[in-house]
Amino acid sequence: MSAQIFYDALRKGFGPSVPHSRDLGIELTRIDGEGAEGRLPYRPEFLGDTERGLIHTGVVTTLIDSLCGVALLAHIGCPARVATLDLRVDYLRPSRPGPDLRCRAECYRLTGQIAFLRASVWQEDPAAPVAAALAAFMRTGHGAHKAGLEGVLR
Amino acid sequence: MNLEEARRRVREQRDGSALLEVVPYAAYLGLRIESVDSSAPVLKLPFRPSLIGNSSLPALHGGVVAAFAETAAMLHLLLVLDEQRVPKSVDFSIDYLRSAHAEDSYASCSVERLGRRVAQVQVRCWQSDPARPVAVARAHFLLAAPDGEAAPADA
Repeated sequence: MSAQIFYDALRKGFGPSVPHSRDLGIELTRIDGEGAEGRLPYRPEFLGDTERGLIHTGVVTTLIDSLCGVALLAHIGCPARVATLDLRVDYLRPSRPGPDLRCRAECYRLTGQIAFLRASVWQEDPAAPVAAALAAFMRTGHGAHKAGLEGVLR
Repeated sequence: MNLEEARRRVREQRDGSALLEVVPYAAYLGLRIESVDSSAPVLKLPFRPSLIGNSSLPALHGGVVAAFAETAAMLHLLLVLDEQRVPKSVDFSIDYLRSAHAEDSYASCSVERLGRRVAQVQVRCWQSDPARPVAVARAHFLLAAPDGEAAPADA
């Protein structure tokens, strides 16, 4: 399967095979071997602090986890089974209601079994991120080529 | 409803839903306060199909488990302390120990450090067997600054 066909399949399969990402409203905006980008339009139920008017950091974390998974599969370049080992997020600025949350994730080291990813989330200015994250993933099991797209996203 | 009123309803009337009204995202996830015992609250995330991240296994979305742990830590602080504002997340880290199945999840927390401005909270998440956690997490929160002092993360 050519890389571009796989990226297109990832984009199309993301909604149907990842119900919670679809429920939140995450849209993939760019996928290639270098990384993945997505956006999440604001909804009032994302608020974690109504007094200050701040988006809950759990929304940001979920966006990061989702994009890291897609970025890893894109980097591998073919269907594979992967699972998050750990994830660490620094909340650099508050996320405000209104603008989309935007995320970029990339795999910066892939071994036979483990992958290391980094991600950044911003609203209007990529140079003023609201969160920075590092994650480690594990490739689970072999026969990954047999895994349909249903089985490749966690 | 303000935070003080919500906390009073939780503590006196054992009405866990009061606190969830002040955190809309907790209500979006469907989170519940299972035990309102203010020394050791237990948070519950009832299973719903919209929480799934992998429909072929099926498994909960890794982000859902993380967001649940994070929200549990925040609600824990609101329950056990007398904060007048929602604590601000500084950082968060989670280790996934097992796949989280399509079933109800629980979380309990402990405050391992409580300073004047920062609290460190440990979170443990499990499903059917409390002895087999699906994830452990930790978080730092910035507490409301004492009077007259600006909180460092106020941008």
